[in-house]
Amino acid sequence: MNPETALPLAFWTPLGGAVLIAFSGSRGAMRELLSLVTSALLFVSVTALAPAVLEGARPGLTIAEPLPRLPLQLTVEPLGLMFALLASLLWIVTTVYSIGYMRARRETNLTRFYACFALSLWAAVGMALAGNLLTLFVFYEVLTLSTYPLVTHSGSEQARRSGRLYLGLLLAPSVGFLLLAVIWTWQLAGTLDFVEGGSLRGTASPSVLGILFALYAFGIAKAALMPLHRWLPAAMVAPTPVSALLHAVAVVKGGVFFILKITLYVFGIDLVAELQTTQWLLYLAAATILLASLVALRKDNLKARLAYSTISQLGYVVLGAFLATSSGIIGGSLHMIMHAFGKITLFFCAGAILVATQISSISQMQGLGRYMPLTMSAFLIGALSIIGLPPAGGVWSKWFLMLGTLEAGQQALLAALMASSLLSALYLLMIPLRAFFSPPSAELAAEGIREAPLSCLLAIGFTALGCVGLFFYADALYAVARLLTGGGYHG
Amino acid sequence: MITQHLPILQVIIPLLAAPLCLLASDRRVAWAVSLAASWAAFLIAALLLDQTLKLGVITYALGGWSVPWGIEYRVDNVNALVLLIVTAVSSAVLTFARRSVVKELPSARVHLFYALYVLCLGGLLGITVTGDAFNLFVFMEISALASYALIALSEERRALTASYQYLFMGTIGATFILIGIGLLYMMTGTLNIQDLSQRLPAVAASHTVETAFAFITVGISIKIALMPLHLWLPNAYTYAPSVVTAFIAATATKVAFYVLLRFMFTIFGVSFAFKNMPLSIIFMALALTAIFAGSTAAIFQDNVKRMLAYSSVAQIGYMILGISLASATGLTAAILHLFNHALMKGALFLALGCVCYRLGVANIEQMRGLGRGMPWTMAAFVIGGLSLVGVPLTVGFISKWYLVVGALEQGWWPLAVAVLLTSLLTLIYVWRVVEAAYFQTPVAARADDVREAPRSMLLPTWALIIANLYFGIDTRLTVDVASQAARQLLGLSG
Repeated sequence: MNPETALPLAFWTPLGGAVLIAFSGSRGAMRELLSLVTSALLFVSVTALAPAVLEGARPGLTIAEPLPRLPLQLTVEPLGLMFALLASLLWIVTTVYSIGYMRARRETNLTRFYACFALSLWAAVGMALAGNLLTLFVFYEVLTLSTYPLVTHSGSEQARRSGRLYLGLLLAPSVGFLLLAVIWTWQLAGTLDFVEGGSLRGTASPSVLGILFALYAFGIAKAALMPLHRWLPAAMVAPTPVSALLHAVAVVKGGVFFILKITLYVFGIDLVAELQTTQWLLYLAAATILLASLVALRKDNLKARLAYSTISQLGYVVLGAFLATSSGIIGGSLHMIMHAFGKITLFFCAGAILVATQISSISQMQGLGRYMPLTMSAFLIGALSIIGLPPAGGVWSKWFLMLGTLEAGQQALLAALMASSLLSALYLLMIPLRAFFSPPSAELAAEGIREAPLSCLLAIGFTALGCVGLFFYADALYAVARLLTGGGYHG
Repeated sequence: MITQHLPILQVIIPLLAAPLCLLASDRRVAWAVSLAASWAAFLIAALLLDQTLKLGVITYALGGWSVPWGIEYRVDNVNALVLLIVTAVSSAVLTFARRSVVKELPSARVHLFYALYVLCLGGLLGITVTGDAFNLFVFMEISALASYALIALSEERRALTASYQYLFMGTIGATFILIGIGLLYMMTGTLNIQDLSQRLPAVAASHTVETAFAFITVGISIKIALMPLHLWLPNAYTYAPSVVTAFIAATATKVAFYVLLRFMFTIFGVSFAFKNMPLSIIFMALALTAIFAGSTAAIFQDNVKRMLAYSSVAQIGYMILGISLASATGLTAAILHLFNHALMKGALFLALGCVCYRLGVANIEQMRGLGRGMPWTMAAFVIGGLSLVGVPLTVGFISKWYLVVGALEQGWWPLAVAVLLTSLLTLIYVWRVVEAAYFQTPVAARADDVREAPRSMLLPTWALIIANLYFGIDTRLTVDVASQAARQLLGLSG
């Protein structure tokens, strides 16, 4: 497949899939098959784009021109390619997982569920391939709206309240700060295109650009920089596949992806390094990393703990971007991938435990390793990747991030990163260790618990192996990430 | 050639259809006649817009009497766009009306409804197309009287008081406008709008002209329901029959807004209205009040029709805000929003018409769980609501974008922030309905017996919804015409 056909295919496939699923009626097998086919087709077409992009080509596509000189357009570049590959690959895995999970949990409204899922992936791919700021912003908003019905899926009072929080906390900053920042950029630079090295340099005084940069940092609430992080724990009311793919991968990675994009292509890393605001934002990111880790320690609900862990880990990527050094950018973009594999594994495990035992709080999981050895082993691998220990991929991204702090001469931030790694070891590793080495409680032993359905286990196995694989084959990703900072692919 | 007579045909066809509907006294015939008249008017409006884009301003001397003795009809980019949107919404609403009207009106009055409807349409088109200030007043009265009667047709008894309230306020507004026009005639000796604009600068310094300006501004402000002169609007929209609400909400205030543009920019001129008179600051303050108060009031309404009525008060604020910027971008934003808001509100009120058709009322309580029973109707409401909020890929986003760019151009960034933040208020009231319809359990008594609205009602609703999306993605037509119209009004080019 050549890029000219692969790009439109990659863009329209998820939308077409969503429409087909919406009209598939209530035939269960049909919508599951449609979801699988759509996700597979998406992955194939995104993969087909890769060789050309890595050779330096930038295939593009203009969809429409809603405002004069401001088209909705797609341009594939390495960072977006990484994000699109990640989202589409994990969508296949999550679909397999959902089939088992949603059936075992006897969930209803499944047509809406699968259709909105496909729509969310369309938005994520739209963000990944966006060729200018307007397109990126448009799909950022589509992603918020299309994930809302998934968050409120159950329709309970709690789900509706969380849904309101989710929508409000994501939309309010995106309209109040982000849209303002985008229009302001348009006023200053006269373009919303992504330019290598940035388009804003020299268009206004550093203090004005500093304010603009802060507007972006706070407007992109999906990156969950504190104090705009509350929507993420609220989103945990959703069914687990949603938390796994959307609130550990697509939505949150969309947020940090946006941050990386504006750092690289709107401000440019040289300008970001010069801005006074950057220093404060770096401290804020570091504070987010530490505080979220501390909160995670105190959460007994597994999904809530994972959510705060995600907030902390997103801080790493944001920090990497704001460091504005080549190692920081490489570390940040690698961490986008590494954290995705680790965290989706952990969420899959949390869902599997819920399906098999109805347990959601950590204190009840003692001794669970005896009954669910596969799930808990996968949990261990995922946890290792998040903490940044071998043999899991998380090591490499943390390595580069720490290198980045030293390059930028920010020893205090290095200390924060190390402290947070220790904290994450505490709040994550304890779970599988207690599951394996503590004796099970009486109720747990009496219930005759077995592993989750096969399709769930398959998905868990795949992502856990992925974490290990990324440890051994990280050089391929590193080669792509190097392209972002001006290095050659083969160099 | 018939194409030469398009400006007069635009008005005369709906006006002639009115007595035909009355004579037919059969609701099916009356519907067919009015529908044909409305679609013909739409076709003419499209042709007129095409001609003005190709050839520039079209003038037409009524009865062959040349200006300034006779009445002149004059079509430029500004009113061509208004003609198009008014006839488009009117045609969609009339297509929708057949089933809805039978349900909501006493059957003996249905043919009267169609007669009044086309009469009102003819009046609105007359206001828009005419180039004569007094003729404009006459058409304004025709359309207003017809709309008072249309509102009073409803079986809801409170519609009578609502209509009376509207009549009272509307008459005051009309009288003010007439006084203003009279004063202008006294000073210049002409009623032709072009003549007025040429002769006024010579006498602009007089108190008489300033008084005329004040009377006309206040008079038109009543007609467009600019806060605090909006009091007639919520009741009129709430208690009128669904189709009347959809029609009036999408057209009457828009045409009144067009009249405001005509008087402020063409007749008085930018420098008089914004330099001699403090219009900018007054309009900005009133617009912001309207936006905040209207949106906040909408949040607390349980009747969805009333909610959208207050939303209209707020949306009118956005248009006035565009004028108050007194720049090409601000004016473009105002004209764009005129067009776009007609599409949004038309679509939303038609969707509510579907709801009323099945439920009889449009209360949030009753609409719980309606997403299951009426999926197409509620999907339409969601998209229309998102457009009202100003979500990208809908028309609402386009008008907000221009408004914010206009504010930033002048360096008024607090205004830009206010515009963006108030969209969140819109989100709140739209979302109350969405949440009820999709995520709450249905009212017990109703259970599952609610069916989707008939296709003849869904199609026009969805046609407007698709227009909301289409003009949000492909804005070549609207943005081009609106920015040219803004430049024409500001006198920047021919």
